[in-house]
Amino acid sequence: MPKSLFQKVWDAHTVRQLANGQTQLLIGTHLIHEVTSPQAFGMLRDLNLKVAMPHRTFATVDHIVPTDQFAEPYSDPLAQAMIEAIRKNCQEFGITFFDRATGKQGVVHIVGPEQGITQPGTTIACGDSHTSTHGAFGAVAFGIGTTQIRDVLATQTMALGQLKVRRIEVNGKLHPGVYAKDVILHIIRTLGVNGGTGFAYEYAGDLFDRMSMEERMTVCNMSIEGGARVGYVNPDETTFAYLQGRPYSRKGAAWDAAVKSWKSFASDAGCHYDDVVKIDAASIEPTVTWGINPGQGLGVNECIPDPSKATSVDEKASIEEALAYMKFKPGAPIKGTKIDVAFLGSCTNGRLSDFQEVAKFIKGKKVAAGIKAIAVPGSQIVALQCAKLGIDKVLSEAGFEWREAGCSMCLAMNPDKLVGDQVSASSSNRNFKGRQGSPTGRTILMSPLMVAAAAITGTVSDAREVFAVNQN
Amino acid sequence: MALAKITQVTGRAVNVPGNDIDTDRIIPARFMKCVSFDGLGEFLFYDVRKNEDGSNKNHPLNEARFQGATVLLSGANFGCGSSREHAPQAIQKYGFRAVIAENFAEIFFGNSTTLGMPCVCATREDIAKIAAAVEANPQLEVVIDVAAQEVRFGGQTIKTTQRESARDALINGRWDSIGELLEGKDAVAALAKKLPYLAA
Repeated sequence: MPKSLFQKVWDAHTVRQLANGQTQLLIGTHLIHEVTSPQAFGMLRDLNLKVAMPHRTFATVDHIVPTDQFAEPYSDPLAQAMIEAIRKNCQEFGITFFDRATGKQGVVHIVGPEQGITQPGTTIACGDSHTSTHGAFGAVAFGIGTTQIRDVLATQTMALGQLKVRRIEVNGKLHPGVYAKDVILHIIRTLGVNGGTGFAYEYAGDLFDRMSMEERMTVCNMSIEGGARVGYVNPDETTFAYLQGRPYSRKGAAWDAAVKSWKSFASDAGCHYDDVVKIDAASIEPTVTWGINPGQGLGVNECIPDPSKATSVDEKASIEEALAYMKFKPGAPIKGTKIDVAFLGSCTNGRLSDFQEVAKFIKGKKVAAGIKAIAVPGSQIVALQCAKLGIDKVLSEAGFEWREAGCSMCLAMNPDKLVGDQVSASSSNRNFKGRQGSPTGRTILMSPLMVAAAAITGTVSDAREVFAVNQN
Repeated sequence: MALAKITQVTGRAVNVPGNDIDTDRIIPARFMKCVSFDGLGEFLFYDVRKNEDGSNKNHPLNEARFQGATVLLSGANFGCGSSREHAPQAIQKYGFRAVIAENFAEIFFGNSTTLGMPCVCATREDIAKIAAAVEANPQLEVVIDVAAQEVRFGGQTIKTTQRESARDALINGRWDSIGELLEGKDAVAALAKKLPYLAA
């Protein structure tokens, strides 16, 4: 019987059925970071347990690292305590730790792929909801809570219920100036922030076939913003080419065997999907959010919704709540909204190609007066790649502060925060109330090039106009 | 590891209305700078409960009549966003023992169940009935019957739904799966041998 990738990976990793009907699933790769793991190690010690497979557990530090300070101790003693805790835990339990001194540190969802740890046909878990990023490689990757981190540390397995699979097929070509970020914001806007609850999303169609691995990662990254815990793209030659020669990729005959095995995990033609959604790539506009969840999106040339035109009581209430928080006027164009901060980075859009695209267009232009613009590479390796190509200089000359690698202002657990009710044009993944560090701070999500356009004009702008992107 | 069988939760309730209440709202990220979950309860819903100077905003959890409530009522897609277990931990450490909402985000639901905190779904109309009864009498005893899938309050009974695996785990005292997972040790070792990428 033909099977989806999700089903094949699930079957290959099923240990047994548990008494409550859930599956004990083997987790091949466990990624950990400093925020959600220390309590799990504490639980492990309380139970007098060891890490079952330290060689399949990889750690880095990303959420709390300051991006303007490398030397320790950090000015924030809590941040210092957290980096010391993960260092100690990794040493005690024999876990590989991509610490800042290794030159391989970065946001966990960027480090896994660039090291070649993230591979097709595997199961991955990490105590972070954006773990779905790794699905770009045809892995089934779950964001988990701390008690489940304990479970995976202690047993290399966890208890899970099966997910349904929704195939999201996007065919056709994107217009110039429309990016992977716009695709996923459009999908979430279309299917809703809880449309994916209970589903794994399979992203398919010729648009995804043509995407680079970095673009696929951007899309899979935000699956959870649509309620889907898992999102993936079937592995293909693009996937294999990306992985070849990476530190954790197999070599020689073992590489050939791995590729053969990886190919076998791709969804079979004619397999069952619980739902299928089709979207025309040409219908997708540069998309920005106007509200307080990632589903509240608009084409950049559309107007902010008017609660009086809502089609349901729920919709009306949610528009009113969002407008009250954002201090936006119903019916006004989103374009022209004044911004205070521009943030480039995060596990969604903090990779080489993101900065490369911005550098290509921003060269010779300047960030508008009064705008705080920061660019935070997603990893030390991304930073190095950018330095080699002179991208850091181009962005610095344009007026962006070029920082050290980390999560930074995506969730503001480090010193990079909005102040008061500042408006941020952000390439990150969440626009929740208070997300970027100020309880009244406002976030507008968009693609990196749209962030650059907003930085230059000081307002939400159509990057295609600002940068004269070829309209064909 | 004998776990409590959670067949019902009884207590007073408080309604925190709204849809899509996300994990950043439940516990803002800046309070996750900690290496233990202790003390998270005081930061529950912090930015919607407190002004920047620490004084109270108008919020149900700040009302004297709802102090000591152990059942939280809310709307649709409760707990969306991050996988942070800090969210259900903060709810539990604040003193709540169960949540009734229209529905829950996936990861939040799983995290809560693993902590032995039942999350049960009810219709909007039924949640409004409980909220109205509690509003009229904050001392009202609300009984969440996890086993029978209903909530009883002030002479009324409403139906609830819950994923069967979670209901089973709660009422049979196997909501923390570590014991059962450890028992599968040999089966895990056998399966791991079949997956070449797990070789050291």
